[in-house]
Amino acid sequence: MAIKPVTVRRKTDLRRVFQPYLYLLPAFLVLSVITFYPLVYQVIISFTDFQTKDLLLGLNSPKLQFIGLQNYKQIIFGGLPVQNFEFIRVLFYNLWWAITNVMVHVPAGVLIAVLLNVKGVWFKKIYRAIYVLPVVIPPIVVGTVWRNIFNEQYGAMNQALTWIVQLFGSDTVVHLRWLESYTPPIPWLLPTGALPLAYYAMMIANFWLGWPFMTLVATGALQSIPRELYEAAEIDGASKTYQFLHVTVPLLRPAMIPAAMYGFTLSFNLFNFVYFMTGGGPSRMTEILVTFAYDLVRNLRLYGVAGAFAVIIFFVAIAIFLITNKLTRATESYAES
Amino acid sequence: MTTTTKPVKKKNWFVRLMNMDTSGSKGSGEKLPLYRQLGIQLLCILITIEVMFPILYIITLSLSSTGVRPSKLELFPKEISLVAFKEVLTRPTANPVDFITLLRNSALLSITVGLVSLLVAVTAAYAFARFKFKLRQVLMIMVFIPLLMPAVGLSTPLFLLMNSFRLVNCPGGVTAFYPFTACDAGAFGKVIFNLRDSLLGVGIAMISTALPFAVWNLKGYLDTIPKELEEAASIDGADSNQVFWQIVLPLALPQLAVTFFLGFIGYWQEFLLPWLFLTKPEDYTLAMTLYNMTGQYANSIPWNRFAAMAIIVALPVAIVYVILQKQIVSGLTAGGVKG
Repeated sequence: MAIKPVTVRRKTDLRRVFQPYLYLLPAFLVLSVITFYPLVYQVIISFTDFQTKDLLLGLNSPKLQFIGLQNYKQIIFGGLPVQNFEFIRVLFYNLWWAITNVMVHVPAGVLIAVLLNVKGVWFKKIYRAIYVLPVVIPPIVVGTVWRNIFNEQYGAMNQALTWIVQLFGSDTVVHLRWLESYTPPIPWLLPTGALPLAYYAMMIANFWLGWPFMTLVATGALQSIPRELYEAAEIDGASKTYQFLHVTVPLLRPAMIPAAMYGFTLSFNLFNFVYFMTGGGPSRMTEILVTFAYDLVRNLRLYGVAGAFAVIIFFVAIAIFLITNKLTRATESYAES
Repeated sequence: MTTTTKPVKKKNWFVRLMNMDTSGSKGSGEKLPLYRQLGIQLLCILITIEVMFPILYIITLSLSSTGVRPSKLELFPKEISLVAFKEVLTRPTANPVDFITLLRNSALLSITVGLVSLLVAVTAAYAFARFKFKLRQVLMIMVFIPLLMPAVGLSTPLFLLMNSFRLVNCPGGVTAFYPFTACDAGAFGKVIFNLRDSLLGVGIAMISTALPFAVWNLKGYLDTIPKELEEAASIDGADSNQVFWQIVLPLALPQLAVTFFLGFIGYWQEFLLPWLFLTKPEDYTLAMTLYNMTGQYANSIPWNRFAAMAIIVALPVAIVYVILQKQIVSGLTAGGVKG
């Protein structure tokens, strides 16, 4: 691409061929030691029964046994020495968790952005400044704070509910066991495994965390819609509702679909928030794939199984990436046509 | 919401509320009717309550002087006492570690990981953005693959890799550096340094995902810098090294800063690897301490102290976010992951 002086000698030619690789060298040296090598190592140990006993000598350990695909089989079909874990249930719960989050965050975010975009609303700037607050607070803090809010005895949620109930003349004290209860409020909702009360608590907390980001994105997109489109629609006699559905929504779509896909991937792998809020409990009912993978390494110390599990997660992640990418691309071409 | 093309007069309140002008604040036009204004204000206030509820709750908790758990809902502080903050700053955990050490560990990890990954990434990002070469596609996919992997996916092999680097005092008085040298067969010495159980090891492990992120993020930005400046420079006789150091790098400086702070926001909260790797209390980070305050052994921690800690952990990230809000949102939405 660079325009070179006319006299090209053999030496500079060679230099130009190797120059890109010279620029890539530092990054790839580092990556090969701490990223690519571990990735390969991971695949190797996923075929072994690597455990604490092998920590000292690693792959040279005499006790280390290659057991083929046994780890993978045990993860998917059962047989792991782990309680309350069924792969299919956790996978479906994880997908359900990500989908329901996005399905709530995106419409709420768009509606609130639209609400704040109405011409002539008072205190618009103040509201916008307040509504961005959840975005700036780290998820680990959000998770711990909401964990306290949902505490059975002293938590703010039960106290707020008690306050509301007493407002209606009742003197009951609400004692919902938000994060500990096993009995699902709606047993039939997810056929692969019931959703405990903790799921709803996490939905509430993550709703608080999630919609402001969507509002932020939607506000930016709303402000880039040309005013002339509305004027033209006005002249054609379209009502405000018609304008919303046929001008605002289609023009928001190119911005909101990537944001929704980003939100989906983020919720699907929302490690910090889930780990800090419930730790996957009660009895792994709110466990997602990444928190279980972490439990395999950190507490159960089944390194071989954890390696296999990470390989499985990797394929799930690739599948999700390909699907979301395809959806995003499809809507892009829709926006251009 | 129903589609309607009739005049708004005889509709119920909901349709009337939904029938407002959503086209933005620019331009002139009729004023918003009062009942609609009040309706919107009511909704906005309800949303404000939803947003402020946990924030007010945690601030109120942190400003109370007693560690007694609240028996009824309080969203506004009755007293303003900084006792909890003072206690957290002097003795944050049950372990004999002071706050400064925790802060130093968190800052050291997040800042060094951000800086090192940036410095190593910048030339690679430039190569991907500007040069055409044979293996470009293959190498770019290689950088992209670790980004697809959730952070936890690499934690097992990184744990094992870091764990294999140890300094051991062997019985004979010799120091062995595993895995390169070992004590005599059968003899077990005292481990004096384990890379896995150190901040250095955690930092190196964190770079394994920080580096691909930095390369990708910077490449996306360098793609948008117009090539004309560089072409002009090379016509004037600058070789590509000079072009990179004297033209591209100064131009990319703002984006380098944004990438650094984006990384900082993430690494400040980094919990997964430190919690897996570190065992010595003097290596703990703020995120780990916060977790310790809510985990299963946290029943003895007064809630005002927990609240104070939560605010302290959130503050640096919140400040960086507020300053860089625009860049962060555009960086996340526009062209975040494009080939």
